[in-house]
This record gives sequence, C-alpha cells and structure tokens, in this order.
Amino acid sequence: MSAITRRVLPYPLLSVFLLIMWLLLNQSLSPGHLILGSIIGVAGGLATSSLQIPSGRVRNLHLLVQFAFIVLYDIIRSNIAVSRIVLTPGRVAKSGFLTVKLDIRNEYALAILACVVTSTPGTVWVNFDSAKGELLLHVLDLVDEDEWTDLIKNRYERLLKEIFE
Amino acid sequence: MMEVSPTLPAWVAIVTSILVLLGAALTLIGTIGLVRLNNFYSRVHPPTLGTTLGIGCVLLASMLYFSVVKQRLVVHEVLIAIFVTITTPVTLMLLVSAALRRDWAIGDPSVPVPPGLPEEAERPEPLPESDQPTS
Repeated sequence: MSAITRRVLPYPLLSVFLLIMWLLLNQSLSPGHLILGSIIGVAGGLATSSLQIPSGRVRNLHLLVQFAFIVLYDIIRSNIAVSRIVLTPGRVAKSGFLTVKLDIRNEYALAILACVVTSTPGTVWVNFDSAKGELLLHVLDLVDEDEWTDLIKNRYERLLKEIFE
Repeated sequence: MMEVSPTLPAWVAIVTSILVLLGAALTLIGTIGLVRLNNFYSRVHPPTLGTTLGIGCVLLASMLYFSVVKQRLVVHEVLIAIFVTITTPVTLMLLVSAALRRDWAIGDPSVPVPPGLPEEAERPEPLPESDQPTS
C-alpha cells in the first residue's frame, strides 16, 4: 500500500464498514449514495486516526466465520438454558463469580470475547485485569467451575488466538 | 409504517408470526427472570435473552416480512443487531462494576475486590443489619 493510500485510508476496513453502513441505512445502491458513503467512509477513517487506535489484523478469515457460527449456536443454547432456569418454579440458580486466566492480549480479540461472553445469556464479563491477565466473570449457573473455564479457554480463546495473534 | 398486503403468501405470514411471538416470549421470560431472581448479579443475566435471541427473532421477522411486501431485499435490520451486540457489554460491565463497588463498600464478604482497587485493599467493616440496603 502506497504512502498516499495509507494517509487517505488509515483504517481501510473501518472505511468500508462505514460505506456499507451508509448504504444499508439508506437502502440504496444509487451512485449518489455510493459517493456520499465513500466520503463518509474516508472522513470517518481520518477522524478515527487521531484516536490512535492500535492496528489489528484478522489473520484467518475462515476461522472467524467458523467462530461466528459457534457463537450463534452457543447463544441459542444458552438462551434455552437461562429460560429454563427462569421458568422452573422454585429453582434457585447457584450463581457466582469466576476468575479465568487468559493468554490473549490482543485488544480486538479481547473486545470480541467481551461481546461473546455478554451475548451468551448466563455469563457477564465484569473486568479484565491486563496486568495479571485475569478475567473476572459472573456466571448465573455456576455448578461446575471447570466447565465454564473450559468453555472460555478452549472453545473461545483458542480460536481467537488463532484468528488474531 | 404498516403495510398490509393482500398478496402476502401464507407461509410468510406464518413464519413471521412465529418469529415475532418467539422473540416476544423470550423478552418476556427475560423480564420475568429480572423480577424473580434474588440478587443484583443474577438479575443482570435474564434480560440478555431479549437483547440476543429475542431481538434476533424480531429482526428476522422484520427482514422476511418487508422483503416480501416490498419485493426487494430489506436487510438494514442487521445494523440494529450489530449495534446492540457491541454496546450491551459496555452497559453491563459498568452496571456490575458499580454494584461490586457498592457491595464491597458495605462489607459484603461474598463479592470480589472491585476493579480499580488494589487486591490487598482493606475490606470495610460490614454495616449493622438495620442499615443494610435492600437489593
């Protein structure tokens, strides 16, 4: 990528997403909206560059798609699990805090993990201590701690590590 | 903007209704859970039913219905899903951190040290029973 392109498009992916967002919002593919969306995409990228966001790269797109499907499946599964807890009369869920030691340090991988953990009902991301690499979670149905640690470590973290690091 | 089309195929009407009802039911279960569970940290969980699969079903229904009625692909609902997914973690993290600080400050022994405080920070003395806030 030449120096000029890099100056105009510091975050090409972000600019493309802004263009797509603009076209979706206007539900149009007319030349006028394409031009306007491109201007917004470039301007958004330039405005963001002053925030000095760390650059990240998706190293394995195929795995990212696979990860998305795993998460979708887990969201449906945990929706059913939490519904069952709520609807079972007299059932008191044994909820509690859980600390998981993470190996990933990539900001984007951590951000995605935060979205995933929060989007699967039953787990909430509380805090990540970057100095110690410890993630504090709250789990609604904390019957088996190892099972939840295994889910975070082996199901999500391993894949995110391969995708981003 | 409600458009009722006389030519709406039966299967679209049926699938749309099922999706809308499923989404509404999940959101309702979430709110029931909010009332029924017994402490703040547990109560944070059930409403996420509405912001994940609940909203997903309603958005799918909307995409299907309007794509058929308007005779073209309507997918801008995807944006709602993306924005809800990337913004809810921020709200939940702040809410839970605030609750942790409150419970820690009143000396609740069951909560971990809240973010931002040193590990060895001295735990405050528990309040007398009569002053405990009701959560």
